[in-house]
Amino acid sequence: MIGSESRVVVVGASLAGLRGAESLRRSGFAGSLTIVGAEPYRPYDRPPLSKAVLTGAVAPDATGLPNLVALDADWRLGAPAVGLDRTKRLVTLEGGETIAYDRLLIATGASARPWPDAAEGRLAGVHTLRGRDDAEALRRDLAARPAQVLVIGGGFIGCEVAAACRDLDLPVTLVETGPTLLASVLGAHLGAVVQTLHETRGVTVLCNAKVEALEDDGTGRVQRARLADGSAVPADLVVVALGAVRNTSWLAGSGLAFDEGGLDCDAQGYVLDENERPDTQIAAAGDVARFPHPLYPGHRIALEHWGHAVAQGEHAGRLLAGCEPARYAEVPAFWSSQGGITIKSVGLTKGADGVVIAQGDPRHGRFVAVYGQEGRCVAALSFDSARWLPAYAEKIAAGAPFPPEPGGVDAGPLRVFAPGFPDPSGSGPDDPARSGKDEP
Amino acid sequence: MSDDTLFARIKDEASRPDPYPLFATLRRCPVSRQGDGTYVAASHAAISSLLHDPRMSSETLPPADRPKTGNPLKDWLVKPVRDYITDTHRPFIFRDPPDHDTLRAAVMHQFTHQRVQAMRARSHQLVDEILDKLGDARTIDIVDDLAYPLPVTIICELLGVPPEDEEKFHGWATQLATALEPDNLQDDEARAENSRTFDVISEYMKGLIAQKRRDPQDDMLTGLAGKGADGAPRMSDFDLIATAILMLVAGHETTVNLITNGMLTLLRHPEELRRLREDPSRAPRVVEELLRYEPPVQFRTRTALCPITHGDVTIPEGAPVVLMLAAGNRDPAVYANPERFDPDRTDNRHLGFGGSLHYCVGAPLARFEVEAALVALARRLRNPRLIADPPPYRPGSALRGPKHLRLAIDGIDP
Repeated sequence: MIGSESRVVVVGASLAGLRGAESLRRSGFAGSLTIVGAEPYRPYDRPPLSKAVLTGAVAPDATGLPNLVALDADWRLGAPAVGLDRTKRLVTLEGGETIAYDRLLIATGASARPWPDAAEGRLAGVHTLRGRDDAEALRRDLAARPAQVLVIGGGFIGCEVAAACRDLDLPVTLVETGPTLLASVLGAHLGAVVQTLHETRGVTVLCNAKVEALEDDGTGRVQRARLADGSAVPADLVVVALGAVRNTSWLAGSGLAFDEGGLDCDAQGYVLDENERPDTQIAAAGDVARFPHPLYPGHRIALEHWGHAVAQGEHAGRLLAGCEPARYAEVPAFWSSQGGITIKSVGLTKGADGVVIAQGDPRHGRFVAVYGQEGRCVAALSFDSARWLPAYAEKIAAGAPFPPEPGGVDAGPLRVFAPGFPDPSGSGPDDPARSGKDEP
Repeated sequence: MSDDTLFARIKDEASRPDPYPLFATLRRCPVSRQGDGTYVAASHAAISSLLHDPRMSSETLPPADRPKTGNPLKDWLVKPVRDYITDTHRPFIFRDPPDHDTLRAAVMHQFTHQRVQAMRARSHQLVDEILDKLGDARTIDIVDDLAYPLPVTIICELLGVPPEDEEKFHGWATQLATALEPDNLQDDEARAENSRTFDVISEYMKGLIAQKRRDPQDDMLTGLAGKGADGAPRMSDFDLIATAILMLVAGHETTVNLITNGMLTLLRHPEELRRLREDPSRAPRVVEELLRYEPPVQFRTRTALCPITHGDVTIPEGAPVVLMLAAGNRDPAVYANPERFDPDRTDNRHLGFGGSLHYCVGAPLARFEVEAALVALARRLRNPRLIADPPPYRPGSALRGPKHLRLAIDGIDP
């Protein structure tokens, strides 16, 4: 246990940062606690930002996260960290102020991947979606009833935004480079099920299509998108949903091992330096942490899941408090609500070589699919059937054989399909679209 | 080797006042085979795992087989049809997906925020009305005076069942709830009685539903009997009747036990009763701990559709599997000091409402009804004392609770 004279700094007023800070206190840490946040807000919940906030059902400022433990923290909000000196143990904030630490938790999360052409990305009517301010700006523009919305990117955020547009009865086109929506996460076999859902609800989906340029109307407002095949899609509101990049650039010069795919950690959760040596004063948690997961050996993964931010934040808090927790091995899990259905998943589909419908039937809108790799279960995905998932999480944690044994409630004969991931060799381990959900 | 008479001893009425020592013995084997071929899951981990296991079916009721009427035409033509309808339109606690999911979703759709909030306020009002009516009584029976009338009134108002019909369906509900008692399912006479009761209550519901269609009201039965957004009926009339019966019975037979078990437990822990009186905001914690410590539904039964291996035990295909929720709730692997009633415990992941896809639909109602009852009892009863401890119990082992809970009091405060 670290003493009460110790100073802990949490960089990132995020879900992972908040749960990490609470975990430190719960573990008995009584010293000074400083929480640094780039945005002027206390930690808030992101999942509603791409759903209920866009339709106006929930106000952007009604997303604050509850405090589960009295924190007694010094909040430094609205001042992002811009530098880390590990020799002097100092975090530098924008404006030059420095904060000394004895233990540091890095939970700076990720940012929306910007549109590649910066000038086009700045056109009025072009949005990305990650934070509260983004959601507020997008909600305002949607409420002004644009004539034609264009969503670029058919990942989870793109699908949720398109679904919200249909909830608002706005015309929307979704452009995706892959063969179906969500193909990189679910594979084309089940991506097609999601695509049918959205098409039935009135979303125009263009797959195997790429937006090359965004064009303005001469007044600085976006007017249309030019596709790679030369066609033009009219759009007075564009949402760029191309995944996320990790917020690591502030670590330049720190000697830590990072890139835009994450900050490398060891199996315990300590950050690694450029020579792969752990710095036992510093832990990382949430979207930013790229770590070895015992269920998915061979590479480090960075997960953008809500539950992961909670669990790894709590783990890091215990670690920094000196509690020596057991190795972090939570089975990854995420959910997405879109078009009136809830998709939930456990495990990781990345690398899966087969998929079966274990229960239900995609044609009826309710089912559980199980993904396998080299003869063992690695992931399960449910459409409106999430209550079975804990049983599949047990299978995945135990490395149960794939395909799973047939039989059970609402189960037909098992047929193994190829999942249909596009270009299986193309993506690196840190590609957010492959390693999980690109949630704002 | 485990003791294969434990489940029989738990079902024995002699164990009703305190089955918990038997649960502790039972937990030594997370899953054990009993003498009658039933398998019992007793550890929190085994129960949680089996609750989510898709190889476990809730279609546990034996095929309907109404007693012969003696009228050859009826026995030849009507009986098989009615038996078939009963088998294919069970209430959804006895059904699996996909049908279960559709029916449950239709019910959940009727639990609107406005309806639930209105019933929360109504619970407090009802409790106070009931206690006001008792005037200057010096004894009170928690069961008859409060724990029964409160949930019955709430579920009747929510469904739109006339409360003056309570006399009729009280007996029916008690009879139908015995379908959760394993031994009743083995007993031909008990099953015949259940069939007769089901037919009578079905006729009653049929009439009520027709009335709701003629004269729609703002209640759940009107909503369930209406059409969905796509213009199609939300469910068939047979399913509608079974669902309405389920709501009515489930609204009766469980909350009454939770309120009564709650008052009994508080009287056995006077310090907690005092704390609740002084700080009513403790009520949600008290209710959650009661759901762990004295759950009104002690166990539920499922059927294994395939062989299921748990540890060194393999449950064979077709075997009945008892999920002993009340035993899992006191599993020392999950809870510190599990035998202690402690509303301040953290991480109370109790199994009091079951779990997975059959998780109690009425959980929000039960929570606020019991909160309202216990807060008012703690505040208004002057010097309450148990007249008998343990109190007399009702026969059921699955739905377990006192038959009466008589208290001596010095008066009822306004």
